[in-house]
Amino acid sequence: MNVPKKGENYELRADLNSEYREKRKDAIKRVIANMTVGKDVSGLFPDVLKNMQTDDLEQKKLVYLYLMNYAKTQPELVILAVNTFVKDSNDSNPLVRALAIRTMGCLRAEKIIDYLCDPLQRCLQDENPYVRKTAALCVAKLYDLKPELAIDNGFIEQLQNLISDNNPMVVANAVLALTDIHNFAAASSATTEKEIFPLNSQILNKLLIALNECSEWGRVAILTTLARYTPLDEKESEHICERVVPQFQHVNGSVVLSAVKVIMIHMRNVRREDLTKQLVRKMAPPLVTLLSSPPEVQWVALRNINLLLQKRSDILQNEMRVFFCKYNDPLYVKVEKLDIMIRLAGESNVDALLSELKEYSSEVDVDFVRRSIKAIGQCAIKIDSSAERCVNVLLELIATKVTYVVQEAVVVMKDIFRKYPSTYEGVIPTLCANLEELDEPEAKASLIWIIGEYADKIDNADELLGVFVDTFIEEAYAVQLQTLTAVVKLFLKKPDSAQGVVQRVLNTATKDCDSPDVRDRAYIYWRLLSTDPAAAKAVVLAHRPPISLPRTTVSPALLEELLTEISTLASVYHKPPETFIGQGKYGADSVQRSAAILDDEATVRRKALQNIVAGQQSENLLDFGDDDEGDNQLSGLAATTIRNTPAAATSIIQNSSNPLDDLVSIFGGANIGNTSPPPIQSQQAGLGFSSLSPTPAAATRAPAAVSPSSAQDDLLGLF
Amino acid sequence: MASLVAILDLKGKPLIQRSYRDDVSSSCIERFLPLVLEIEEEGQQVTPCITSQGINYIHIRHSNLYLLALSKRNSNVAEIIIYLHRLVQVLIEYFKELEEESIRDNFVIIYELLDEMMDFGFPQTTESKILQEYITQESYKLEVQARPPATVTNAVSWRSEGIRYRKNEVFLDVIESVNLLVNANGAVIRSEILGAVKMKCYLSGMPELRLGLNDKVMFENTGRTARGKAIEMEDVKFHQCVRLSRFENDRTISFIPPDGEFELMSYRLSTPVKPLIWVEAAIENHKGSRIEYMVKCKAQFKRRSTANNVEIYVPVPDDADSPKFRASTGSVQYAPDKSAFVWKIKQLGGGREFLMRAHFGLPSVKGEEPENAKRPPITVRFEIPYFTISGIQVRYLKIVEKSGYQALPWVRYITQHGDDYSLRTAQEKGSAPIVPLEM
Repeated sequence: MNVPKKGENYELRADLNSEYREKRKDAIKRVIANMTVGKDVSGLFPDVLKNMQTDDLEQKKLVYLYLMNYAKTQPELVILAVNTFVKDSNDSNPLVRALAIRTMGCLRAEKIIDYLCDPLQRCLQDENPYVRKTAALCVAKLYDLKPELAIDNGFIEQLQNLISDNNPMVVANAVLALTDIHNFAAASSATTEKEIFPLNSQILNKLLIALNECSEWGRVAILTTLARYTPLDEKESEHICERVVPQFQHVNGSVVLSAVKVIMIHMRNVRREDLTKQLVRKMAPPLVTLLSSPPEVQWVALRNINLLLQKRSDILQNEMRVFFCKYNDPLYVKVEKLDIMIRLAGESNVDALLSELKEYSSEVDVDFVRRSIKAIGQCAIKIDSSAERCVNVLLELIATKVTYVVQEAVVVMKDIFRKYPSTYEGVIPTLCANLEELDEPEAKASLIWIIGEYADKIDNADELLGVFVDTFIEEAYAVQLQTLTAVVKLFLKKPDSAQGVVQRVLNTATKDCDSPDVRDRAYIYWRLLSTDPAAAKAVVLAHRPPISLPRTTVSPALLEELLTEISTLASVYHKPPETFIGQGKYGADSVQRSAAILDDEATVRRKALQNIVAGQQSENLLDFGDDDEGDNQLSGLAATTIRNTPAAATSIIQNSSNPLDDLVSIFGGANIGNTSPPPIQSQQAGLGFSSLSPTPAAATRAPAAVSPSSAQDDLLGLF
Repeated sequence: MASLVAILDLKGKPLIQRSYRDDVSSSCIERFLPLVLEIEEEGQQVTPCITSQGINYIHIRHSNLYLLALSKRNSNVAEIIIYLHRLVQVLIEYFKELEEESIRDNFVIIYELLDEMMDFGFPQTTESKILQEYITQESYKLEVQARPPATVTNAVSWRSEGIRYRKNEVFLDVIESVNLLVNANGAVIRSEILGAVKMKCYLSGMPELRLGLNDKVMFENTGRTARGKAIEMEDVKFHQCVRLSRFENDRTISFIPPDGEFELMSYRLSTPVKPLIWVEAAIENHKGSRIEYMVKCKAQFKRRSTANNVEIYVPVPDDADSPKFRASTGSVQYAPDKSAFVWKIKQLGGGREFLMRAHFGLPSVKGEEPENAKRPPITVRFEIPYFTISGIQVRYLKIVEKSGYQALPWVRYITQHGDDYSLRTAQEKGSAPIVPLEM
């Protein structure tokens, strides 16, 4: 080896070989300090190794730490450490024995593994529980490196025996190790001939006994395993629930959430109404208490509560107030709280909620303000009787003239108009008065939609829309599409006054617009108007399906799966594990494997899953996740109705950015859920008329055909 | 299950790290902060869990540090986050403060702790009292080599055998923290009481303790009628020493206590409470010249009680200057770092009511004004001894040890502010004009 003659490492080497104990120890500390800041001290391997044999426990730990870090880079030299390790694993001090076995497992060097088996064998039967619990985990480490070695030496059986150990900590670690090995084996599908960790009633009873005695983390381990257990009958399910419920009183939030998971899983087999009710009732207080934890824990709790509420809306029925946002809550907590408040909103508490939401709408954080305003809209959609109060609050907010508040309120008003058509027309003047304030595409598009929808009742609708037609080319596509539709609506409702403007917009859209979607739509309208104005009316002014708030944000099948994953990453992402876990030895393999055994339900789930992976384009009322800025026509509430039938919805969602959805929805009507991409094409064909290049003449002829008797009751002569 | 745990500074540089499984490379740590920044740039929330390229980044914040755990599996995230918080707690108990410097100065012992508290990614022992028994900074001073205390793995993992005291005593502190939110119209819209029973145990041997409270559910279960008031605790959490199944069965709180100080239980009540200390502020904002406050504070509890160390934080605009105060009691200070002024009253008797006025100058030239002004609520801090707002009472504390000694329990009660005792201020209270301050 090339040994440097000077520099820090040279000095360290000298000190490591010093004759004075203190000097050597100090040198080791300096080596570790260098390692910590990322300097390469692997060259000192043999010199550090010399200091391994010592009575000084601290020094021993430091040398072990060094070994763990550099064993992989110096596989040849690690062998030199084996003797000391084996000797240490026989030490009279249990701390040293455990340390040796723990570290050996962490070295992850092929060379040393073979020497691990004998000491491990001994430590698994050590008289001291501290050593046994450490050895138990070491088996999992060994299996991770060389499965066959662990199996051939009978370590798996030994672990299974440790489940009967009299020490609860040892039981817990044995359970952890077995579960780890079980998962590993399942993922790599290496050993299928014999199940690694079979669960039966006998083991169940042992686990239930250990549960009450072990440390908090041990409880989490045992509860996780209980979640995997398949009960023999209903009685056993009840038994598990009854034994697990006391864990709700544990201080550690992860014990509580793991207990919730076990209860949610085993409650499925409980048919006794009273017991189910009791379990649900007992679940609420500990969930609320989790909201007094640090914000990160709160967030995990909130994400899980969100899932639980989607399954059982009765869990926290009277607890909405505990979700009111605190001024200092981090934004990610506030956002989750908003979502949950909407879920819990009902006639009895909507007033309190509205006054909160109004308060939030005057906070500083723009994002939070927007979400709060959105939530007001969700209230209106969810609770019919509150709609008027919601509209009043929105009007108050619009009166503040704060631009982003006004814009968000306009977007929300559009949804309210969709849900309650022709109910709040009195608001329209106020909205139109703020036309100048709007600079965001979504807000503009929303207002244009409202103007188009109520064109017959707005005196100066043509003027208002004319403004957007003038700037047509500069607007965002979403605004262009909406302008196009609104002008056509105006024309169909008031053919006389709108002829000029419709001609102008169709011309601009077909000739000067660079978005194919806009051009296509313009062509379709043009042809419709020129060939069959009655059909145009049927299409453009068709009755729209009503919108409502979806009860779930994920498909029912996925929800069921996520409920079995309470307190894990899947439960906070609201995504199945396959979508985010590593593509290493677990990820890819297991996905492929599961693909092979898909049954019908799973197929549906997988579709939903692909959909999620595809980027969650579809905006959902309750899905605050990503705001697609109105690029798709079916944004917001409109999309949500369709999502109620999740299986079929997959196809729709993928198409939701397609501007033709507006048209599709008209034809699809109630059974829109069954429409899949091919039919859309065919309907498009149905609409498409033979000639692909419409002549302006055709369009000008159109108005004549349209019966001018369209009711022009200008209810709102306000402009 | 965590593959790696690291402590990072605010620039995302790892100060110390420990790898527990080799399925995640330690180079992933470097990717954490760029990821956070990327999410922020996209205008999205940085949540405690981030997933990227198959690696899950789970983190918490503590002062100027990130504590980060990486995992490649669908791990129990509640467990990991709580573990990280526990790690913070343990490190604070070891070094008083947890910050960059204390980490650099104590890396040796932190490595030892990381090794002991987690094995193969699974949390092990996280009780700092137990850890301190065998992981110490002064290990070299010990004549004999440290051994794992039996407590690490005992069924009673929180108490060592052979503890001796000449005088056997137990101190019980019942502390209730009030959280409450009052809206601008003066209505209480949310309130809760978070109670805790803290113990200081100086008892010999392995004593069995039983605590009796005026718990309504227990009275109902046993068919006894309570003398006086009984309280209904909505949710109770216990230290791991309490036998949960026993509590579930007959609401008995029985346990073998740890030695020294610990929190035996905590509970929560969401019964509506009247604000113990009521504060209202009339604010007159003359934009571009001055802003004036008139603050009224009223003690709405029984006359025989007294609130100590009352501190009322009234937020003011960030750019307020030249403060002038006048208070009918206590002292007032401007705290520009908090954008607030603090009215401190050493002792506030029950039923008393006081006024104070404040006057600030405002710059005449304004920068870009945010459209929604920041309006944090008024917050109040206080403590009222010898009083519990819920009415909880310790009925008895039975102590049985096989040697048969007598031990005395001492009980104290205190009610104090919670971490969220706040009263929102109205946007502008134009109604009652404030008479100019004469000074």
